[in-house]
Amino acid sequence: MNVTSGIIFQVLQSVLVVLIAPLMLGWVNQCRAWLQNKSGAGIWQPYKVLHKLFHKDAVLAHNASPLFRVTPYILFGCMWLAVGIVPVLATSLPFAPAADVIALVGLFALARVFISLAGMDVGTSFGSMGARREMMIGFLAEPAMLMTLFTASLISHSTSLATIVETLGHREFVIYPSMAFAAVAFLMVLLAENARIPIDNPSTHLELTMIHEAMILEYSARHLALIEWAASLKLTAYVAIGIAIFVPWGIAGAGDWIGLPIALAALVLKLVGAGAGLALLETVSAKMRIFRAPEFLGTAFMLATLGMLIHFLLER
Amino acid sequence: MDLPFHAQLINLFAALLLLLAFAMLTQRRILSLINLFAAQGFVLVLSTLVVAYSTHQSHLYYSAMLTLVLKVLLLPWIMHRLIRALNVRWDVETLINMPATMLIGIVLVIFAFNLATPITQFAGTINKSTLGIATACILLAFLMMITRRKAVSQVIGFLAMENGLFFAATSATYGMPMVVELGIALDVLVGTLIFGVFFFHIRETFESLDIHHLEKLKER
Repeated sequence: MNVTSGIIFQVLQSVLVVLIAPLMLGWVNQCRAWLQNKSGAGIWQPYKVLHKLFHKDAVLAHNASPLFRVTPYILFGCMWLAVGIVPVLATSLPFAPAADVIALVGLFALARVFISLAGMDVGTSFGSMGARREMMIGFLAEPAMLMTLFTASLISHSTSLATIVETLGHREFVIYPSMAFAAVAFLMVLLAENARIPIDNPSTHLELTMIHEAMILEYSARHLALIEWAASLKLTAYVAIGIAIFVPWGIAGAGDWIGLPIALAALVLKLVGAGAGLALLETVSAKMRIFRAPEFLGTAFMLATLGMLIHFLLER
Repeated sequence: MDLPFHAQLINLFAALLLLLAFAMLTQRRILSLINLFAAQGFVLVLSTLVVAYSTHQSHLYYSAMLTLVLKVLLLPWIMHRLIRALNVRWDVETLINMPATMLIGIVLVIFAFNLATPITQFAGTINKSTLGIATACILLAFLMMITRRKAVSQVIGFLAMENGLFFAATSATYGMPMVVELGIALDVLVGTLIFGVFFFHIRETFESLDIHHLEKLKER
């Protein structure tokens, strides 16, 4: 593998994903608006919001600690690193050996710890309530997420995402029943982790039941912009992990310039499809009570565990 | 893993059956429970057709047709009529809460898989590993009958158990003789009809379908 082209690919992927992450969010919101018979704000709306927020003056609470100020940067950094590790455009990037799937889940956990601490920092009741709920969702979602990733790891005999993608993407077509279970479980975790509808409503900050919005109520201007951007990056990262594991076809190898346009086209197609599917799922389902969330995520964990069991029974 | 394509398909259907069994175990609404039962029957039909096609067992086509008519169309229709007549939609109270039920379900699946492994090593059929899943489906249906209070969902559990047995028969031994299959089909049909009559009697006597009341029955 050529080192220079590997680095170019890495930079290309990292920059591209950071730039298109708000677009992904805008596309999901636009699809939701269409499905609800509204005209929608357009797919470029998240960029306009970010632009507006970056040009405002930041307001901080009097008793905000330095932790409160650095959290948006840490959050953004974590998510950016995550999209650098996940094979989005190409596999075997220079960053890929830095973290396997377990470390990736740890990276998301790090971001969650900081946003929760920041939510409790100012001491408003909403902030600490949101933080507590976020930690509850997190500790239920993480095992399910790990089990899902382990199913893929068992099939490809590696916990490195790049190896998983290469093994699953470049072999003849085989039906894996265990992967179907893992896919459903992963979808449920994705919805829960990204504050999507059955667990949390992303389009409101006026509800007593909010989770993500409750933690960031105290943020404004560039801090808020970074957090929003990080949230869209997190959504894109999760969708990218899902694509990498369950529909890995069309991804390029590192330094493979000929495969790049195909990989790019495949990526755009998959993201568009995933966004529309996500919007459809959010439209047809209703937000559930917070006390039903353990049941929802318990089901996800059960499905992921079943996937592993079925792998041992049927696919060995 | 280098299974032929039809064996992979059967494995997929087996996994779907297990998924549907779990969905039924955790479903609260009786209406959705019946629909899930019909879906399970349909997956059963598909897997039977694949087994029939790949092993050239023509009598399996008949049993697939029988399953389609009986378990996908007729029985769900009877159950739909029954719950409309009885006016029951919900079965909220389960004896154990849902996450605990799911955990017990996972334990049962592990138990069934372990139970089936030594048997499948001696089997020579194309899809020997599905016996574990069939056993798991039967045990899960058992669990559903135990954890439910209302008579209607217990009967659906009973029918789901028969689904698991049928799947075990087709996958492990390429189906039972036609006479046995017809007999079982008739049994299930008549059983459901009699249960329907029972439902009305239970409700008339106790003014509820909760079989908990049956424990208080004593001679006067």
